[in-house]
Amino acid sequence: MLIAKYMPELEQRSLSFAEAVREALEQVMEKDPRVIVIGEGVPDPKAIFNSTIGLRDKYGTGRVFDMPLAENGLTGVCIGAALNGLRPVMVHQRIDFALLAMDQLVNNAAKWHYMFDGKASVPLVVRMIVGRGWGQGPQHSQSLQAMFAQVPGLKVVMPTTAYDAKGMLISAIEDDNPVLFIEHRWLHDIQDIVPEEYYRVPLDQGRILHEGDAVTVAAFSYMALEALTAAKALRTELGTAIEVLDMRSVRPLDVGLVLNSVRKTGRLIVADTAFRTGSIAGELISQVVEQAFDKLKTHPVRITLPDHPAPTSYFMTEHYYPGPQTIIDEVLKLVGVDRHSDGYKKLCAVTQRRGPHDTPNREFSGPF
Amino acid sequence: MKQVRAMDTVEQSQLFHSMLRIRRIEEALARKYAEQEMRCPIHLCVGQEAIAVGVCAALNQTDLVFSNHRAHGHYLAKGGGLAELVAEVYGRETGCCGGRGGSMHLIDLSVGFMGSTPIVGGTVPLAVGAAWAATLKRNRQVTVSFFGDGCFEEGVVHESLNFAALHKIPVVFVCENNDFSVYTRRTERQPDRPMFEIAQAHGVEAATGNGNDVEEVFNIATTAIDKARCGLGPQFLEFRTYRWREHCGPNFDDDLRYRLPLEIEAGLNACPIAHYRSKLTKANGLSGLDIDRYELEIQAEIEVAFNFALSSRRPGIEDANRKVYA
Ligand SMILES: Cc1ncc(C[n+]2csc(CCOP(=O)(O)OP(=O)(O)O)c2C)c(N)n1
Repeated sequence: MLIAKYMPELEQRSLSFAEAVREALEQVMEKDPRVIVIGEGVPDPKAIFNSTIGLRDKYGTGRVFDMPLAENGLTGVCIGAALNGLRPVMVHQRIDFALLAMDQLVNNAAKWHYMFDGKASVPLVVRMIVGRGWGQGPQHSQSLQAMFAQVPGLKVVMPTTAYDAKGMLISAIEDDNPVLFIEHRWLHDIQDIVPEEYYRVPLDQGRILHEGDAVTVAAFSYMALEALTAAKALRTELGTAIEVLDMRSVRPLDVGLVLNSVRKTGRLIVADTAFRTGSIAGELISQVVEQAFDKLKTHPVRITLPDHPAPTSYFMTEHYYPGPQTIIDEVLKLVGVDRHSDGYKKLCAVTQRRGPHDTPNREFSGPF
Repeated sequence: MKQVRAMDTVEQSQLFHSMLRIRRIEEALARKYAEQEMRCPIHLCVGQEAIAVGVCAALNQTDLVFSNHRAHGHYLAKGGGLAELVAEVYGRETGCCGGRGGSMHLIDLSVGFMGSTPIVGGTVPLAVGAAWAATLKRNRQVTVSFFGDGCFEEGVVHESLNFAALHKIPVVFVCENNDFSVYTRRTERQPDRPMFEIAQAHGVEAATGNGNDVEEVFNIATTAIDKARCGLGPQFLEFRTYRWREHCGPNFDDDLRYRLPLEIEAGLNACPIAHYRSKLTKANGLSGLDIDRYELEIQAEIEVAFNFALSSRRPGIEDANRKVYA
């Protein structure tokens, strides 16, 4: 699936999200000798879902590293290296593994610049991959962005498109602060138009993925794609135009973008990949309510995971993840469309998932 | 303390049977995995059976075991229910976690299998804590922690060793050294020095042995478990072994070429089951007929377990939100 056409004319080269990440790494490494890449499996044959392929061949064992299973210690080591002039990019194959490094990220990386009066900073990027599907279960498929976003001093981004993956990773590595770069595993194989040149996408701005005036759907990461699917179906089947915002960044939150949209639509849904309580969806809604209460025609809505861990069983996860249908149903509740109409039934038929619910595409045959 | 004595033929056949059973179960899971109905990651222990079997044979039923992502062998060797394992991998309600966990999360409290989880290092301090509790409650239970050479790099392992040594806790750390963490060789993750000596430097008594020789594992483990039980403090055992199949999944992955052909051949030739079989048959402890009978019994047991699993109820989302709190 192609998401958006950024270069409508000329050669429209498309890359997958994973390839875009790889190209960003390669181009920054080419430009800046201070950049090193380290993570469990970075130079191995699977190359972090193909996102680090060939980097060691090109830049050698002095810049591209595998690492011991020592997430906390090595995060500290990377922070130290950053304090002494390097720009490390660390990779975790699951965000759940980064929990072991919470102390270094929260107590050191996030605070260093502030507590030492701005005399030093930590230009560190940590790539963290959110797992989902094929029974990865309670400890391998959490979506923990809100936990990190709660900490001042950390930047947290979640690009959705391959175009943004490349541009935001470049910006993240050039940034003088610690940036957590969260990738949803189900985005890795999705293609987008990605220019060959070196370019940046800002770390603090969402963008409009689909225009509309009925309801604002502010969505994070994979949920932005689900919202786009919902938007297309709603427009063709019911003529309802929702505005889909790909938030792209979790901290800072681009509240301005959401406010502008809500001024137009008066209705807000926030679609998140995480647990409900304490989610960034809740935070975004609080800010909108604080600043534009009078613009809202009705209560805002959170679409999130339920407040319990992800089970492993295929049968238990069947209705665990919200998808386009969840978004459509919430939209229609807000705008008051009859859910017994023929239009609605046709819509449901269009968005109905084909194939198993626990794989990103039909070719996938497990395990991750 | 007990002296390690020569095993009798009955005990030897039990060790053999236990390894063969685990091998056949893992192979059955691998075969059926292709049907796409076991929809969870699986980490098979084919090639590493002797460690699980040798160590667990040296434990009492009331002793405890904690384990990691590669847990099938540990679970089965400790006596964990086969049907509940298979049902769990199939995501059924009758699985040992009711489908919540899958292959990477196993538990059978009735035999002291306390739990296995896939966050590397996660259960190592839990084993120390469980063993500590046993001493505080003044019972003579021993706890075993199974983990891999990759796990040995986690800081929490060293924090656990330190605390266990400090309080002379009756825990036995069992490091299964298959030389790899996923596709990464130990030489790319650790300096060239033996892991068991690090444990010794923590003040933990340590031993090392051939993890593909089930009697050697059993003898070393018996001594260590005995010492731990007698209050001589924690023990660390490092056993060398070899993982035959891919890190995660049912297949072989030799095509990825992260292991050299000669190395793979040597690994397969070190098969703990084939070696033990020829040792026992030569010594007349085991006949071809015995082995045929084992194979048939195991096959029948596996069929029953798969039928049980596949005919069990499928849980649904309505089950998924229960049990978040006690
Ligand atoms: C904290 C953490 N880091 C990384 C991983 C990913 N991972 C799962 S198993 C594994 C390899 C572990 O190697 P080892 O401990 O030697 O056990 P083996 O797989 O060889 O049995 C890795 C890196 C994880 N699950 N948890």
